Amino acid sequence: MSDLEAVIGLEIHVQLATKTKMFCGCELSFGEEPNTHTCPVCLAHPGVLPVANEQAILYALQIGMALECEIAPRSIFHRKNYFYPDSPKAYQISQYDIPICGPGRLGDVRIHRAHLEEDAAKTIHLGESGRIHGSAHSLVDFNRGGTPLVEIVTEPDLRDAAEAAQWARLLRETVRQLGVSDVNMEEGSLRVDANVSVRPAGSEELGTKTELKNMNSFRFLQRGIEAELQRQREVVEAGGKVVQETLHFDPRSGDLTPLRSKEEAHDYRYFPEPDLVPIVPTEEMLREAREALPELPAARIARYEGEGLSADVATVLATDPETAGYFEQVAAAASAVEARVVGNWVTGELAAALRAADSETGAAGSKVTPEALASLVGLVAEKKISHGSGKTVLAALVEEGGDPAAIVEREGLAQMSSDDGELESIVAAAIAANPDAAAKIREGNNKAIGAIVGQVMRETKGRADGGEVNRLIQQQLG
Amino acid sequence: MSGLLELTVAAAAAKIAAGEISREEYFAAWMAAAAGDELNAYLFSVENAGDYQVAEGPLSGIPVAVKDIFATEGSPTTAGSKILEGYIPPYTAHAVRQLDAAGARVLGKTNMDEFAMGSSNENSAYGPVLNPWDRGRVPGGSSGGSAAVVAGGLAPCAIGTDTGGSIRQPASLCGIVGLKPTYGSISRFGMIAFASSLDQCGPLTRDVTDAALLLAALEGRDPCDSTSVGIEGGILAPGAEDLKGLRFGVPAELASDAIDAGVRAVFEATLKRIEELGGEIAEVTLPSAEHGISAYYVLAPAEASSNLARYDGVRYGMRADGDGDLIEMYETTRAEGFGPEVKRRIMLGTYALSSGYYDAYYGQAQKVRTRIAQDFAAAFAGVDFVVTPTSPSVAFGLGEKTADPLEMYLNDFFTVPMSLAGIPAISIPAGLAQPEGGGPELPVGFQIAAPAFAEQKLLEAAFALEGSIGFAASTPGIPYLNGGGEPA
Repeated sequence: MSDLEAVIGLEIHVQLATKTKMFCGCELSFGEEPNTHTCPVCLAHPGVLPVANEQAILYALQIGMALECEIAPRSIFHRKNYFYPDSPKAYQISQYDIPICGPGRLGDVRIHRAHLEEDAAKTIHLGESGRIHGSAHSLVDFNRGGTPLVEIVTEPDLRDAAEAAQWARLLRETVRQLGVSDVNMEEGSLRVDANVSVRPAGSEELGTKTELKNMNSFRFLQRGIEAELQRQREVVEAGGKVVQETLHFDPRSGDLTPLRSKEEAHDYRYFPEPDLVPIVPTEEMLREAREALPELPAARIARYEGEGLSADVATVLATDPETAGYFEQVAAAASAVEARVVGNWVTGELAAALRAADSETGAAGSKVTPEALASLVGLVAEKKISHGSGKTVLAALVEEGGDPAAIVEREGLAQMSSDDGELESIVAAAIAANPDAAAKIREGNNKAIGAIVGQVMRETKGRADGGEVNRLIQQQLG
Repeated sequence: MSGLLELTVAAAAAKIAAGEISREEYFAAWMAAAAGDELNAYLFSVENAGDYQVAEGPLSGIPVAVKDIFATEGSPTTAGSKILEGYIPPYTAHAVRQLDAAGARVLGKTNMDEFAMGSSNENSAYGPVLNPWDRGRVPGGSSGGSAAVVAGGLAPCAIGTDTGGSIRQPASLCGIVGLKPTYGSISRFGMIAFASSLDQCGPLTRDVTDAALLLAALEGRDPCDSTSVGIEGGILAPGAEDLKGLRFGVPAELASDAIDAGVRAVFEATLKRIEELGGEIAEVTLPSAEHGISAYYVLAPAEASSNLARYDGVRYGMRADGDGDLIEMYETTRAEGFGPEVKRRIMLGTYALSSGYYDAYYGQAQKVRTRIAQDFAAAFAGVDFVVTPTSPSVAFGLGEKTADPLEMYLNDFFTVPMSLAGIPAISIPAGLAQPEGGGPELPVGFQIAAPAFAEQKLLEAAFALEGSIGFAASTPGIPYLNGGGEPA
């Protein structure tokens, strides 16, 4: 029984950053006074009717396209009926059996569907528990009610908690780069629920799942799934059965407590929403959505890896489109240098130099123009200056901008040439000053070479090429 | 002053436009008439015209009685329900705004069956409306108040809503004209929903010309109602004098159904009139129409069960607090706030949508609905109109059918199929008949249905037929001319 495999699927709610709510003209709310962004429609006064937000439909199409979903030529809204104070109509307008986005894929995970719906209002339960049970009374803030949501449902393709969190990060980055949502987990504009089950490794059947809610960071997502997997494994290994239920994650204790069990499960009495007409995207809408799609992280990572960048550097750049754009400008200007080297400079040396200078601008906003960095990378590649001098020049560029060649000139950083014998004599002096090290090197212990190289570099103020220094030491001791 | 009340809307509007009567004087006359309501037809009427100002337009200066299902900003709107007692909407329904824009002004809000559920007006939380022809009888429903104020001389015209016959049937029982336009021709925004896929606003008037005048102001695409499209080309005053070249289809299925003898006689006589006017009578078949009532009483309650779920005591209207928890507050509020017929339909609809029953009830009913629409489409391939009696009987006695909901539902037998098909239908008074069991004669309505958005053609035919019938001129019982319902 020890070989239990985890099966994880995610349900992600994305609040769309439209101007107005899903079905009325109220502007979206960002922490304003409660119940100030409301109207008769989103308060469900008698006689009001919903009107679908076109921008939300466009955003949903973009999300669908980014997730390679099949876009439905015609989809409809349904009513999901339930009584709760966060739902003023006592039904949520959602999509049911004909969603706007059908099967798709992001990375290694298949997408089951993505659909449009409206967010619920926010309820605040006054009392110790902070939940409705046991609260003295409850307050409702309808500002959030009616905010457009896209719910993305994956297939149960994830196999461990870390993988789930990593994939969720990729999804967030993808949606963020679409520019259709703030995707802030703490503020709730991105909410990730997990469906978790275990089964004997190799089994095709799915075990009974539980649904995990309220994990408002990727770290909590991972922790929540880990805790639940552990619990399910223990239950199954003790010969018990997992009960289908919804579990609430408490970020303070890390505990999962049941929210509602299957016996209390609602019958939502779904039926087609008669107040709305079907969504039938026109060619023009589809074109507009497609044209608004930027290059998305998964595609960018693949492209950069194809250009020879390491997976890590490709991922760093793909999750930071601004820096990626900067990188591409540098690479274009430094066409003689390998893209891999440019990538390392942008994500390595430049990032470090910016950090060291407490700069918060990012590469693209810094004083280091892409042309300057390209020129600097070229100087190093052509061995006109040493790598160490390159870093010195970069630090100067971060501070004051300008032309690397001029800084090299001003600071006297041009690489020492071995032609005129100056470097050879400095090497000879360094060997003479370190007889112990020289002896070890002669005995074949090359680790000792560092002391001599260090002295040479100090003497030359870093202008010597490390490789050349090494060669000369070996030559003179050989 | 009584002379003012005898004018049709078209005649009054013409006199106002010509400066022969003043708007203030005309409104004051109707305000006084409305104040004398002895029929329980108004739930609220304007008592003080205040600073009387109206827009210029085709209805400038015309008072309109509005069914209490339309939201009116600043005035009570109850939909005939206790659960909305004291509710003052923060906005005004599109239909009412359209009337305002045409120069009309709301005279009062009319009584109705609670949430438009009923065929007799006996389901109002505020007591039944009395039929101005015989105060021991019902005016029909659910727009019973709107029909009674027009027939009883308490308003020159009114608007109501029709979900399965709620304009046409009371118009028929009160001897006036009632038009249910094509679904989508008038915005439903601000019209308190009963069954969203069926509800449609329409006029209740003394004659066909007035119905056209109101429809012209009401119809139109409204961005606040995604299902509204308006009527292409608009609506003009009808002027047809004959029915030459037009074919009127009588459903074969009509013969097998229980229609009172007096109603059947008036219907037959009206068919003869159509022929005299040059029209042709043909038989059509609507094989699925007999299942209309069954389908309707699944679909309408299903939608209602969802539409009425918002009345929970949380945000507006009545709340029965109790000292229990949230669920108890919901239950007590709804138990005390809704009447028995509304509860019956919520239960029916909730059941029909429940998982495991959805396909057998809601799904099946939708299929029937589609079949009925197809039946009409097939019929209209051969005829211009389909005609039936509007109601199988004349106005029945108060309390006569309240014990048996199914018998009450059969009132809608002739009107429900058109609602399910979404097509326009008008009821015009065609004559008088004795009720079964005897007594003074009462009005009989004649229903004409047309293809979707063929309102102009429908109004022309109804106008020509109305002229031939001469109902208003020939009948001694017109209350607004002879004091039957006129205030003392």
